Amino acid sequence: MIGLAHLLTLSAVLFAIAVCGIFINRRSVILLLMCVELLLLAVNFNFVAFAWYLGDLAGQVFVFFILTVAAAEAAIGLAILVVLFRNRISINVDEFQLLKG
Amino acid sequence: MQLLVDWLPFILFSGWSGMLIASALGVILARNPVHSVLFLVLCFVISAAIWLLLHAEFLAVALVLVYVGAVMVLLLFVVMMLDIKAERMREGLVRYAPFGVLVGLLLAAQLASVWWLRGSDMELLAQPPTPYFSEGNTRALGELLYTEHLYAFEIAGYILLLAIVGAITLTLRRRRGLRVQQVSEQVAARPKDRVRLVKMKAERHE
Repeated sequence: MIGLAHLLTLSAVLFAIAVCGIFINRRSVILLLMCVELLLLAVNFNFVAFAWYLGDLAGQVFVFFILTVAAAEAAIGLAILVVLFRNRISINVDEFQLLKG
Repeated sequence: MQLLVDWLPFILFSGWSGMLIASALGVILARNPVHSVLFLVLCFVISAAIWLLLHAEFLAVALVLVYVGAVMVLLLFVVMMLDIKAERMREGLVRYAPFGVLVGLLLAAQLASVWWLRGSDMELLAQPPTPYFSEGNTRALGELLYTEHLYAFEIAGYILLLAIVGAITLTLRRRRGLRVQQVSEQVAARPKDRVRLVKMKAERHE
């Protein structure tokens, strides 16, 4: 039978993979965005697991709002990325150092 | 037969979670960013399948429709539009890989150990899962959203509106020197501005 521990471990592994991805791919903004999406997915897994375990729908409502905010974040992030690429012809994080005195 | 029916959710869950972890690894390790996005799409589809097992039907459908259908397609568009050089993106991979793997393992071990080693101590985790309500998931979720969480729902709508406005404002481009029709100037034009009447003496040609 599926237990809460299985689900939470799966979500922990997913979260760890995404954090690992942020460290490995710290040069390209687009992969960082994708890793953030994975992080959010792992968190959503926890909410859904607890909603199932406790028989309480509030967790699913939270997932609904997290999905909304994540969609908005992805749209704005990609728009910023497009503008950056247009101005810089690159999306390499190392080249964004205008604010570095 | 009854055994199979009892264990079917667990078998499905195990298979899907293995695929989910494999495709998550694919997202962070793929050489080509387009492959990364496609692996991410696979991740979301498998997650939706697992959520179906957990009686979150509406969210599973929303994840496929909204996430795979809209956000991931947007991401794919941007990745293909930007023309990223794959080999330049991978420069830091070897240098940062040990650190990243270390952090990942540490995090996973810590999070998992809480559930596997300390789980029996916690009262909440010792109890069996609550039996699920039989009423439709979408209906129950909708009733909750439109009554208890109505303000949060409206704020979510405003956030989406802001995202639309923000994305359009950011990417709107005004090109200089483009010959565009200016209607207000055309309407405001008067004949005396455009035509000059000149009086001159008639000349006779010899």
